[in-house]
Amino acid sequence: MTFLTLEPIRILLYLVGICAFVGGNAAYLVLAERKGAGRIQRRPGPNEAGYAGLLQPLADGLKLLAKQIIVPPGTDGLLFRLAPLMVMAPPLMCLATIPFAENLVARNLNIGLLFVFSFGSINVMALMLGGWASRNKYAIISAARVVSQSVAYEIPMLLVVITVLMMTGTMDLNEIIKQQAHGFWNWNILRGIWDFSAGHIGANPLMPVTFLIFFTCMLAETNRAPFDMAEAESELVAGAFTEYGGMGFGVFFMAEYANIVVGCCLATVLFLGGWQSPIGVLSGGLWGLGWFLAKTYALIMTVIWIRWTFPRTQFYRLLNLSWKILIPLSLVTLLLTGVMMKLPLLWRTIFGA
Amino acid sequence: MSLLTAVRETLSGFKSLLVGMRITAREATKPLITVQYPHDTLKMPARFRGHVKLVLDPETGKARCTACGLCARACPSGCIVLEGVKREGDKRKSIAKYDLDFTKCSLCGSCVEICASDALDFSKDYNVVSMNREDFSHLDLYKRIDAETKAWAETHPQPAVVAAPATSAAPVAPVAPATPATPATPPAAAAVPVPVIAARAAVSPAAAKATESPAAPVAASALPAGPKTP
Repeated sequence: MTFLTLEPIRILLYLVGICAFVGGNAAYLVLAERKGAGRIQRRPGPNEAGYAGLLQPLADGLKLLAKQIIVPPGTDGLLFRLAPLMVMAPPLMCLATIPFAENLVARNLNIGLLFVFSFGSINVMALMLGGWASRNKYAIISAARVVSQSVAYEIPMLLVVITVLMMTGTMDLNEIIKQQAHGFWNWNILRGIWDFSAGHIGANPLMPVTFLIFFTCMLAETNRAPFDMAEAESELVAGAFTEYGGMGFGVFFMAEYANIVVGCCLATVLFLGGWQSPIGVLSGGLWGLGWFLAKTYALIMTVIWIRWTFPRTQFYRLLNLSWKILIPLSLVTLLLTGVMMKLPLLWRTIFGA
Repeated sequence: MSLLTAVRETLSGFKSLLVGMRITAREATKPLITVQYPHDTLKMPARFRGHVKLVLDPETGKARCTACGLCARACPSGCIVLEGVKREGDKRKSIAKYDLDFTKCSLCGSCVEICASDALDFSKDYNVVSMNREDFSHLDLYKRIDAETKAWAETHPQPAVVAAPATSAAPVAPVAPATPATPATPPAAAAVPVPVIAARAAVSPAAAKATESPAAPVAASALPAGPKTP
């Protein structure tokens, strides 16, 4: 077993593990999505391939693999082929810094949060390149939409994350989780309202709103319904993916789910206490992994639930939501957090200790 | 003031989102409503019009059709071709070939309506699929009723004691022209064969069916359960 602790072997194992996690998630979240859609529409969803349709992802994958990848004439061949790779790579990179359990993290960076967001924003560029290189009017419209949407939603998301950062004081994801120990009332989402361990009002009483803003922005950043302007299959054929066939399309599809996983993992880490147990007991080791996955998948199921509940928004409404509601609101929470944190200092300055 | 309005609108919008999510959550917990078609099938409603079929007489176990040819003449598309034979010992002709061109049939029901001996009815068969056009342009209804007759004969073995009531029924037979001379009455109906046949000759065929079905429950279940179109 000692050779498992060797650094190259360890990195290789994590690499394979993360690839398998992303691939398995992408495959089975598609099934979960279709099953969820079925349940909400009161039909069973795919149920023919294997027991309860469990082999359906295999059938879908084989079908996509068997298809030819056509590069239409007039496209920018290099960018066209590069875009699926670029859309898939960032979530894989991001997952390397996500702590699934206390000691289960491929690379524990002290700037983990920055790392995740810097790679997360590459996704936009990949979609834009894909749409641009396709030389297809639908794809280009979609690419333009993706850029303006992502710019609009990156701002409130980062503002909200700064709010959390001001509370935690660290970018180390594992450290952020460690601060949220001993029960769900110490998770960031509730700790902001009232700091139970210190026994006074928390740093950001609007923390649940902050979480909602983060979640909404996460939906928009991953191009999920009701913000799926990138694909918008009823308006733009398949948006940026119009010209992609076979596994080229499949990779875009997988990347969407991989991004959802990353987004939900991040929401779990930042707001819901990561691998911490909600009741204080049964934490550590494999329990931590279980808690982390339970929280993450609960969020992912919510994402699926939201997709099959709400119709797609109009584009100007999408931008209005960001610029007129989310950004002012996140600025308010940012300001509030700053004031709340510096209030004691202010008090002392004015009245003297 | 406009800030207040904006806040109020945002809150009410958020509330409506929650209401929507509650609705989908509630729907998701209700039982499924789709029928898994190849595994489950729906029971066809009584008025369902499948292709026409020949009706089996639940008493005799034979087709009621007398090959009179009214249906072929009534058909506006001319998609019925039939032939009858006079079998030995029978008072009437019986059907020997009934060829329905289902590719032309518009299911208007003229044939069913005009049939004097109530021998035609709509089947409940909606599951008609074939890779071969011939299967529909020459839908062999005689073959189907023949198979039904054979199945009837297997479920209704003719007991030896039936010979006695059959002879007693013989004088009544001329009154009922649609009845064969030796009706193979099922054992349950053996005690009251005469009144049933008499009633059948007197009233309309549809009413006759209603009276005889309790007498021969096994054979009656083979008939369509629906009400007869007048």
